[in-house]
Amino acid sequence: MFHLMPYRDLPADFEDRYRSAYIDPPWFEIADPDKVGQYYNATLDELLYAAKAGFHGLCTNQHHQNVYGFMANPSLLGSVLARGTNGANIAIIQLGSTLPSTTPPTRIAEEYAILDCISGGRLIAGFPTGLPTDATISNGVVPVEQRERYREALALVKKAWSAKEIFAWNGKHYQLGMVNLWPRPIQQPHPPIWIPGSGISSTAEYVVSNDHCFCHLSYHGAKNATYTADRFWELVAKKGRDDNPHRYSFLQLIGVADSDAEAEELYAPHAEYFFRKLLHTPSYYQQIPGCLEYDALVQALTYNPRGGFNLRDMRARDFYDNGFVIVGSPKTVREQLKEWMKRLRVGHLLALLQFGSMPTQLCKRNVDLFAREVLPHLEPVWDEYEDRWWPERLRAARPAAAMAAAS
Amino acid sequence: MAAPRSRRIRLWQDRIETEVEISGDGPPLVYLHGPWGLPPDRAFIARLAEACTVYAPRHPGTTPGDENAVHALSGWLDLLVYYGELLDRLELAAPFALVGHSFGGLVAAELAAATPGSVRKLALIDPVGLWRDDIPVKNWMILRDDERRPSLFADPQGAAAQAFFATPTDAKERAAVLASSVWAQACTGKFVWPVPDRGLKNRIHRIAAPTLLVWGDSDRIIAPAYAEEFAKRVNGARVKLIAKAGHLPHLEQSEAVAKAALDFIAG
Repeated sequence: MFHLMPYRDLPADFEDRYRSAYIDPPWFEIADPDKVGQYYNATLDELLYAAKAGFHGLCTNQHHQNVYGFMANPSLLGSVLARGTNGANIAIIQLGSTLPSTTPPTRIAEEYAILDCISGGRLIAGFPTGLPTDATISNGVVPVEQRERYREALALVKKAWSAKEIFAWNGKHYQLGMVNLWPRPIQQPHPPIWIPGSGISSTAEYVVSNDHCFCHLSYHGAKNATYTADRFWELVAKKGRDDNPHRYSFLQLIGVADSDAEAEELYAPHAEYFFRKLLHTPSYYQQIPGCLEYDALVQALTYNPRGGFNLRDMRARDFYDNGFVIVGSPKTVREQLKEWMKRLRVGHLLALLQFGSMPTQLCKRNVDLFAREVLPHLEPVWDEYEDRWWPERLRAARPAAAMAAAS
Repeated sequence: MAAPRSRRIRLWQDRIETEVEISGDGPPLVYLHGPWGLPPDRAFIARLAEACTVYAPRHPGTTPGDENAVHALSGWLDLLVYYGELLDRLELAAPFALVGHSFGGLVAAELAAATPGSVRKLALIDPVGLWRDDIPVKNWMILRDDERRPSLFADPQGAAAQAFFATPTDAKERAAVLASSVWAQACTGKFVWPVPDRGLKNRIHRIAAPTLLVWGDSDRIIAPAYAEEFAKRVNGARVKLIAKAGHLPHLEQSEAVAKAALDFIAG
């Protein structure tokens, strides 16, 4: 289960009154710190609830200075989740800390190693490059250096996790005289590495070249993901990698209820809140000069995005009809998900079951129904493939609980 | 006017190719463009070339075909030493006049401080490089659609603004023009992100050349009050405010700025 930890009680006219969900919302005008405390606790509760209900992994992520999701340091939440799921077969999926924003990046190597140790080897190490605003505005990273910093940082982290000898790192962006990390991850030479992206770019090339797992984080749903998924699998073939579906993860907003009609009604306000308020981000924050490398920039300017959607003009019905959110009875949802998982070759489905203003009670009901009546039907979809991007101790079909740290 | 002569020079251990547009006749003048690249400044450069031989290099990474050159420079010191190499290679009849706009004005000021003997006259047009907390410099790389024109131009609907934001109707040409402008901001912004203060205040006292500050009186990127901040740190510097001009006075009041600069250089 994936969680963004959004602000759930924005004013009704938020998107009209404020320019952006990112950077601009004034804290003292909008936010109630007690409520925010409740959101963090609710987020942890909902994720731990999903763990008990039978989910396979819990996802956190890092964003800054916004109302859309503000786990500014996902390791803080990940440590609670790791501790709270000890003894269970749950992967702790940090999706994750943004390397270019953290100096030195060995800090993230340490935090992830701690999480792997606390959880008894259940960590999945996610490494997003970070949204442009997160990296360049919130953390002052030079836009045109974001990607090269990322690559150098990831190389440093991987070396720091497994090097047998103390080493010096003399990089372009980072210099450290003596690296000898304590602790190291249980999983050696490194935990499974998942790398998010929103399309096929130099990042996807990097992921396939290094045989990591690509996490396609789109909010437009599986129905609008065929182009990217197809390009991804072409890339996989071109690079001579196998077609194991587990190298591809996909995020989907999902709402389950007893009937289609009930689901459509129940999730409507939260879908609209998510797309109209939380994704209210103007182009000047998404297109900061330098965040796209030159070739990608020319391509983006030459080919307009396919099927561009104007979220502000859309209502719940549009989000459902266009596949942004899959809602319905368990039967409807599982049939659609099964079909799309096969069509796109999704090995890991990142289920976003709390979105927008959704309160905890509804989220837990969503989790319950999904775990009980949808998940069991999806588990066997790619049974014949070994999941090499999953913590080894959790890989058996029904593994004994990873007890190392819990006992 | 005659089209500029183009010279491509390989520098920096062969890792950077720089196109220099050379035009006019007379004493040498080096012109350093601002964050939007060289193309928008060509008409202004042509006006300067009526009295000088103008050398207008493209900032590293903005020479067509060598976009990745921006990665060959690691920081501020690299950039300044690179410019030293470029100026050496131009083999100008030293000392020369140095004119820079915005980001290019900051680079010009740094060069004049680093090698005071090489610059005969220094003219800075709305340069960035100093910082005051009470009037922060606006980040020109993340301007809202509705504030872009009024931030850059005194008259957002004037001819200069129209020309600056005009794009070709042909899709491919349009993409090329936009990419050139965005990438120029990326390549220059690399050296001044997120706050355009690289410590010039510690070095600015080294400027020895007679200095002119030209400033649009409606500059809403870096307020005209900064003209005095520069002037009080440079011995004998003069300030010329340009009426009805924003951050790009050399485009909006081209003749007034060119005349001020050329009179100063000739004087």
